[in-house]
Amino acid sequence: MKKLKLLVNSKTFTVDCHPFARLLDVLREELKLTGTKEGCGEGECGACSVIMDGKLVNSCLVPALQAHNKKILTVEGLSNKSMSPLQKAFIQCGGAQCGICTPGMLIAAHAMKTRKKNPSKEDIREGLSGNLCRCTGYSQIIESVQKCGERS
Amino acid sequence: MTWVGKSALRKEGEKKLRGEAKYIDDISLPNMIYGITIRSPIARGLLKKIEYLPGIDWKSIIKVTAKDIPGKNYVALIEKDQPYLAEERINHPEEPVLLLAHPDKNLLEKARKLVKLHIEPLPAIYRLEDALNRTEIIWGQDNVLKSYAIDRGDIEKAFKSAAHVIEGTYFTGAQEQLYIETNGVIATASKKEGIAVWGSMQCPYYVHKALVPLFGLPPEKVRVIQMETGGGFGGKEEYPSVISGHAALLAWKSKRPVKMIYDRMEDMVATTKRHPSKTQIRTAFDKNYKLLGLDIDFTIDGGAYATLSSVVLSRGTLHASGPYFSPSIRIHSRAVATNTPPHGAFRGFGAPQSLFAIEKHMDLCANQLELDPVVLRKNNLVKHGQTLGCGQVVKENLKLETVLDKALIASDFHKKRKAFAKKNKSNPIKKGIGLAVFMHGAGFTGSGETFLASIAAVKATAEGKIQVLTSNTEIGQGTNTVFSQMAADALQIDFTDIEIAQPDTAFVPNSGPTVASRTTMIVGKLVELAALDLKQKLISAQLLKEKHTRKDFLSACKKYLKKLGELKGFSQYKAPPNVVWDDQKYQGDAYGTYAWATYIAETTTDTRTFETKVEKFWAFQEVGKVINPNLARGQIIGGVAQGIGYALYEDVVWKDGKMANNKMSNYIMPTTLDIPEIEVEFMELPYEFGGGGSKGIGELPLDGPAPAILNAMENALGLELNQIPMTPERLLNRLEQTRS
Repeated sequence: MKKLKLLVNSKTFTVDCHPFARLLDVLREELKLTGTKEGCGEGECGACSVIMDGKLVNSCLVPALQAHNKKILTVEGLSNKSMSPLQKAFIQCGGAQCGICTPGMLIAAHAMKTRKKNPSKEDIREGLSGNLCRCTGYSQIIESVQKCGERS
Repeated sequence: MTWVGKSALRKEGEKKLRGEAKYIDDISLPNMIYGITIRSPIARGLLKKIEYLPGIDWKSIIKVTAKDIPGKNYVALIEKDQPYLAEERINHPEEPVLLLAHPDKNLLEKARKLVKLHIEPLPAIYRLEDALNRTEIIWGQDNVLKSYAIDRGDIEKAFKSAAHVIEGTYFTGAQEQLYIETNGVIATASKKEGIAVWGSMQCPYYVHKALVPLFGLPPEKVRVIQMETGGGFGGKEEYPSVISGHAALLAWKSKRPVKMIYDRMEDMVATTKRHPSKTQIRTAFDKNYKLLGLDIDFTIDGGAYATLSSVVLSRGTLHASGPYFSPSIRIHSRAVATNTPPHGAFRGFGAPQSLFAIEKHMDLCANQLELDPVVLRKNNLVKHGQTLGCGQVVKENLKLETVLDKALIASDFHKKRKAFAKKNKSNPIKKGIGLAVFMHGAGFTGSGETFLASIAAVKATAEGKIQVLTSNTEIGQGTNTVFSQMAADALQIDFTDIEIAQPDTAFVPNSGPTVASRTTMIVGKLVELAALDLKQKLISAQLLKEKHTRKDFLSACKKYLKKLGELKGFSQYKAPPNVVWDDQKYQGDAYGTYAWATYIAETTTDTRTFETKVEKFWAFQEVGKVINPNLARGQIIGGVAQGIGYALYEDVVWKDGKMANNKMSNYIMPTTLDIPEIEVEFMELPYEFGGGGSKGIGELPLDGPAPAILNAMENALGLELNQIPMTPERLLNRLEQTRS
């Protein structure tokens, strides 16, 4: 077991972790932050997306020890009492159906909007191309991100 | 104000957006352990011995084989041929043989590698043709899981007197549902308390029905609870009965809660997919290009066990002649067994296969007859008062031709066809535009809904809310939201006054499975009727008048609860009048109603890389009253996206009966970069017997994309294409065939 220190959603956590543990497992099982989902376990679907030190990563591919002393943002960190404009836009535009890809989709959209405040449809398509959604066919996700852009 | 027809916001939306919705892998129970499945590496054989190789402490591991099953060893669904765990006979790769459980997941993975199954191989069959030729008999007397025959009119005479006879053969591949949340459950079990299963599923009462005989327990000792479910698309219709039984068997033996979650590779390799199909069509036309005879032979590959193949075949058969009228018709169909994991439910349920064939065939006929594909279709579209292939007289207000015309205008179909033909001559990137005209029947087929006899309930809670109780699940499609809208309108109260009970067989009545595009239309109507029954109780108790305000209603509920106790309304399904179905002849009113549609695809194919992209898509349909425009649009776009995958990308590669590309990195589903702008238009003709006037729409959007896309590619390339998925590799082969 190794000691691991993480700054998740602006809170500091210290946990004992198996040297081979994935960041995804530490978030879900040790910190009980189950908003981050596992879809494929091989970095293909993006359901486990989190932001680590400002960079969008698939937490199923990140060895937990690599996240030592790093800042992590998960879906739970996107809102406090009221939802963020991005989250509200997803509800208004039908950007979430079954909801399992949604946390990863939100994180990827958040990362993109941090880079570019008012992304075009093409920017959004490119920015979310690493996140698979089987329900929506993406249109209403793209509209959600665009709508949010209009408000901010 | 009324709620039906408005884009009410998704009822459980905020929980999902905050990451607070609880899916099965997000919860644990005290003292819980984990379960895994050991599966057959080969397709067919006789299990001789299970050997536990040294290397771990085997005594610490819970093991369950067929011998440990307390009740009957079959997965109760339609037939009783599929065992929960193989006894001696192995019938497909990945067939479950042994279950293991332990608190340590890592140890279980070590254990998995140390199990040696001694299986004496038997010859196996993997293809439709081998099943039909009876190369080996692997199921019943003749490998036929089920067959249907529809024969109407004098088909022989039709072909004799025809001016034109055209034949074609069409193939569709398997398709993986690829819900982003894999199958998973948690089970607890004991003789005294009975069985409880929490899980990701579409149909809690199907799981219930399967667990009762498996444990030989009375029905009230089995409880099934649906958790938030991360997509289903049919893939969580029947399979949850299998994984639930496995986890419950391990819980029974270990006396501890057992969690079983498949990883992606196991989910893809071991669970059901869409049935592959082969369809042969012969059409007889008179000199005016009117259909005289339609002769269809439809075969689907069911895999090793019967599961739902008979009903998938039924829907495929009943949709096989498309929306066309032919005075004589022959549709013969069968589902055959092969040594692959059983194929199962997937959105569309047999109709995408047979409609692909007929809609491809209509373009083949138009090309051979040198007619415009729209003209040939319009010449033969079924009219009010005429019969569909299944013998159903169309009695509804049919506006299919209007839908078709609107889609043609919106897409600029004919102008583009001309312009593309000109440009394609000198350009290696070929553009095309193609269409599909089709229908989809909603609800169970024939007398299915009458047999189901679904029940819905509505209840007033102590907290002042109205709770809807059904076993129909929210799996992303919007059940919670549309039920709330319909109940609110029935009672003239607010959307926020309604809450939806978690589907839990201990508390909700059996309103049937969440399948067959039936939830909004069939169960939605039952929710409205149950709400009205509750209201009638208030009126009978003289606490409410027929005309009332929201405040009147809520205060009447409060008074009733205080004075008289529980306040619940019920309703049970009754077939609409004049719906007649003959199970013997397999003819009659196959469905209460149909949704009618025209889908148009514009594509480009690069003849240097053989890649095809859908550039624009038009999905136009008549669907009864649209309950929630935003959610309905999401259903159509999502279904079209799956249809685009079905047509172009999603290729299940088989090796000795097993899926070889069981990963998201090599089974390719569409991303944001593959899905074009999809223009959705609804024409609304309210259906009297559907909830809020609705018709089912869930499956409809899977039917049209594949034929529309392949018709567009044919238009672009000027060569016949009869198979999906039309991957670049297949297209290259096809082009080489024509060159040589």
